[in-house]
Amino acid sequence: MDFITDHILTWVTFLPLLGSLLIWTVFRRDTIARLVALGVALADFVLSLHLWFHYEPGRGDDQFIERVPWLLNGQISYHLGMDGISLVLAVLTTFLGPLVILSTWKAVKDRVPDFLGFVLFLQTAMLGTFFARDMLLFYVFWEAMLIPMYFIIGVWGGQRRIYAAVKFFIFTMVGSVFMLVGILYLYFQAGSMDLADFLAVELARGPQLWLFAAFILAFAIKVPVFPLHTWLPDAHVEAPTAGSVILAGVLLKMGTYGMVRFAMPLFPEGVAAFAPLMSILAVIGIIYGALVAMVQPDVKKLVAYSSVSHLGFVVLGLFSLTPAGVAGGVFQMLAHGLSTGALFLLVGVVYERRHTREIAEFGGLAHEMPAYATVFMIATLASIGLPGLAGFVGEFMILFGTFGSETLPHARLLTVLAATGVVLGAIYMLWMYQRVFLGKLSNEKNKGLGDLSLREFVVLVPLVVFMFWLGVRPGLVLDKIEASIERTLAPVMAPAVDNHAPQGSHALGDGADGGPVFVVRDPEKDGMNQ
Amino acid sequence: MESHANEILLRWIVLVPLLGAAANGLLNRRLPKQVSGLLACGAVGVSFALSIVVFLRLAGMPVAERFLSDTVTTWIGFGRLQVDLAFALDPLNAVMALVVTGVGFLIHVYSLGYMAHDAGFQRFFAYLNLFIFAMMTLVLGENLLMLFVGWEGVGLCSYLLISFWFNDEANAAAGKKAFIVNRIGDFGFLLGMFLIGVTVLPHLGAGEGLLSFRVLQHHAGALAPAATAICLLLFLGATGKSAQIPLFIWLPDAMAGPTPVSALIHAATMVTAGVYMVARMNFLFVLSPAAMNVVAIVGAATAIFAATIALTQNDIKKVLAYSTVSQLGYMMLACGVGAFAVGIFHVMTHAFFKALLFLGSGSVIHAMSNEQDMRVMGGLRKKLPVTWWTFLVGTLALAGIFPLAGFFSKDEILWKAFSSGNQVLWAIGFVAAGLTAFYMMRLLVLTFFGENRASPEVKHHIHESPLTMTLPLVVLAVLSLVGGWVGIPHFMGGGAHFEQWLEPVFAGGHHVVEAAHGAADAAHGAAADAVHHDTTMEWILAGASLAWGILGLLLGWLVYARRLGVAEGARRLAGGFPYRLLEHKYYVDEAYEATFIRPGYRLSKTVLWKWIDAGLIDGILVNGSALVVAVVGSVVRLFQNGMVRFYAWSITVGVTVFVLYLCFSG
Repeated sequence: MDFITDHILTWVTFLPLLGSLLIWTVFRRDTIARLVALGVALADFVLSLHLWFHYEPGRGDDQFIERVPWLLNGQISYHLGMDGISLVLAVLTTFLGPLVILSTWKAVKDRVPDFLGFVLFLQTAMLGTFFARDMLLFYVFWEAMLIPMYFIIGVWGGQRRIYAAVKFFIFTMVGSVFMLVGILYLYFQAGSMDLADFLAVELARGPQLWLFAAFILAFAIKVPVFPLHTWLPDAHVEAPTAGSVILAGVLLKMGTYGMVRFAMPLFPEGVAAFAPLMSILAVIGIIYGALVAMVQPDVKKLVAYSSVSHLGFVVLGLFSLTPAGVAGGVFQMLAHGLSTGALFLLVGVVYERRHTREIAEFGGLAHEMPAYATVFMIATLASIGLPGLAGFVGEFMILFGTFGSETLPHARLLTVLAATGVVLGAIYMLWMYQRVFLGKLSNEKNKGLGDLSLREFVVLVPLVVFMFWLGVRPGLVLDKIEASIERTLAPVMAPAVDNHAPQGSHALGDGADGGPVFVVRDPEKDGMNQ
Repeated sequence: MESHANEILLRWIVLVPLLGAAANGLLNRRLPKQVSGLLACGAVGVSFALSIVVFLRLAGMPVAERFLSDTVTTWIGFGRLQVDLAFALDPLNAVMALVVTGVGFLIHVYSLGYMAHDAGFQRFFAYLNLFIFAMMTLVLGENLLMLFVGWEGVGLCSYLLISFWFNDEANAAAGKKAFIVNRIGDFGFLLGMFLIGVTVLPHLGAGEGLLSFRVLQHHAGALAPAATAICLLLFLGATGKSAQIPLFIWLPDAMAGPTPVSALIHAATMVTAGVYMVARMNFLFVLSPAAMNVVAIVGAATAIFAATIALTQNDIKKVLAYSTVSQLGYMMLACGVGAFAVGIFHVMTHAFFKALLFLGSGSVIHAMSNEQDMRVMGGLRKKLPVTWWTFLVGTLALAGIFPLAGFFSKDEILWKAFSSGNQVLWAIGFVAAGLTAFYMMRLLVLTFFGENRASPEVKHHIHESPLTMTLPLVVLAVLSLVGGWVGIPHFMGGGAHFEQWLEPVFAGGHHVVEAAHGAADAAHGAAADAVHHDTTMEWILAGASLAWGILGLLLGWLVYARRLGVAEGARRLAGGFPYRLLEHKYYVDEAYEATFIRPGYRLSKTVLWKWIDAGLIDGILVNGSALVVAVVGSVVRLFQNGMVRFYAWSITVGVTVFVLYLCFSG
């Protein structure tokens, strides 16, 4: 087993790719392809559990490091590492993988092996993005995500799939190009593509500002931050269910992850300059997304716009630059992955039966499908942040952190405005629920619809379990990310950490020694590398 | 922290109903109705028994030490943001626990009969148990966030139970309205918590939970500068949950739920949560005279406002609903003038007689084949003897007739308002008390006296309810009769035991005020008891309010019992418009609809979605750019050639070649 555990990150990352290559070339029979894909995804999840149980959260640094010189005399290297933030998002990815594959069992009938291959390919790209510690490697993974998603939407999507796929591709591409320019600029400054070397570069204020802008544009499109969000509803509506689940569950978090991992620690001056703008856009996104969600006639589009609103909370939390706000943001990424992932799966369930998602086509579904209605209700409640479910903890910490932010101008006003999202969320979700599930079963076409099948239960129950679990025991995640957040964002948050830290319990081992604001990361990390 | 054996009982008071809910919810129809009902009643019964045990233990402790706590684990722990999953018991929530589980138990038993023929029997009991779980979390929560968990939890149960008969979309709409209006209140509650947290954070010592009530009380001095803002935000939450102006609009609609739900959630327990929360945070409220004034004024205004609407309603449950809103106003009034203990006293007595009245109305509705309109009732006195006699007791208690429970608590509220120098508020409360007696007599006459006006078919079915329903009525009638005697005031020769019991909880608040403002203000604020006063005034006011109540009843009798057509007379007497105004509940719903709901919908649909999203961003900025048009065009052409497989392959090959190249070139 050493041969696996010594290169665990490589295994977790590339096992799905291996699976996809096998499916594309060897296992081309539909049923076998499905079983292989499911098996590979499950195996990958099990492997990622090794990371979960062997990661040492107290240190908060990158662990399981793999580093092999690659190009240009090692200036570019195959460098993987994983800290708490990467850990929780990677496990979310591997957790959703098998569920997504299981959900396509009956929904996808065309070119099944091609489809499953793309799903697994996408898993690799996403996991690699979370683990990459070399900027070129990161960029390769980042761009690689586009390709399978482009095909998943463009081939297996709805009627306007081509438009949606191209729109998705171009939006993301435009952002990425600017980021690439930024990466190249930093490479020539640092003399290496390693993230640690990038962090060590001392930049003047001017370059920091435009570099931050270049990076944040790429990430903001991915999130998406208002007003760059219009690709998202189209992509969601046209994407097949599996595509929507991955998109909402993980892909969107690439944007917010990129902010935490790269844009914020690399350019503290940029953060200081742009945080007010970002937080305002985040708040606009929260309210705007909710109001537009409210008037959607299509359930899936409604959920898509609700993502704009929820991700607005995440961005707000990150730019509050408080430990609670940032941790709430990371937590909300997971909570949103669970609740919105579940909602898209649920919308897919009824779409498979009725081939429509128009709210007006439904009404009184709870009579025909009581179990479905119950699970949908739980996902709805998780989405609107009911205490006891995962969504509440994230929202609470984000708003609490933002309210107490000392760096953000008008922090309290922004919190008040953002908190209206809590009310609006209840309005659009419960109104939709009422129109779809309650009242009389008015439409003849909905008579005799079957309730959840066993397979659909198996897909949904794990999500429901974790909605409750994270809601009641958020420590499961918070303990994993606490030290990593303080360590990663030490360049932008140092004063806050320094002023009040009477409880030594969570003080960092050696990383953030509470130095001045723009302190360069300690070289300790490089010492970890073999 | 080590927990004593009795302290661990606290978590079981909360958890046992959750287990009951889980059993009923998961097994649902697989469970025979008898087993389902037994489980649900048993679960609440156990909670009630445990509540008695911890109550007795608390009573056995020295007055100053009356506090039990049970810390289960850390809930949210991140840096300095530490919130425990913990329960605590002190004299205040010990009373609440007894009322909630006790009345809750009776209503569970009643539901056995009331819901016996309902297809959703098991689901109903699952929700009902879940409600007790949430309500007990609210009551026993050791910190403000736990209280909030229960607060949202009861809101959810309320939503589920109002829309219980969801086949009728009006019920579903009423449930949704309740949840959303409460969420508006919760918005204030959340912000209040943030303000508390941020203000108190720098002052916390090691190991002190951020939102723990004890910790907050200890640091009340640090919170003083922000007290007004905090209290007003929290009070916004209370106006939602406890149906005060301006957020009361959900409660009358909530009557769409089954009647036991109206009794348990929308009369006896959940709606008093706002009062409980204000009383719980008394140490902060007393620091802000401005916030206290707002509480008192809103309470008094709600009391009279809702009472006038109750005068004209024809649906028996709607009358009781507006009556509840009005009585909740009294409780808020008590809190606002600093008489927290009296407010809680009224919470308790009101729980007895209002639960009784709702269950009685349920018995009437049951007998009348689900008819709720009083205009087609009448003459039920003879046919429903138990319901009639118990209903009479409830009516007299609510009207504040000596020596029933409502007399002592309501009179005490009015006295505290008067003696704290708020004569105007006293006068408002006094007038509303007369209206209360009047509309209750109207209800009594229309329902129980005269000729029955129902169709022959309905008439034929009228029958007294089964024992499971009448027994709780009798028990609640007894409680409505004697329940006030634990609080007979000193001037009548009583011991005011109820206030004494709560004294340790609210004394702390007085100390805080003394520390913050000096002793003079404290005497003015709340500690009226400490001042020896002439009892003549108390006698006069008590006599006046009793006489006033009797007069209200008498007038009601004269107007409605003498000739039922007088309702028309009253309409003409009051003039067309004022009567219509009351009948339409002052058009508040319509006003909200016109000012917020419809414009909000139109703004979202037309301006935000159609203009900004589709028009501006997509239409002009995105699709308008020539690049997009060109690329889309060419890609579409490629796809139409059916070469998708080819692309999939070329990507695979391309990536593989690329990876191999990179591996070997390095």
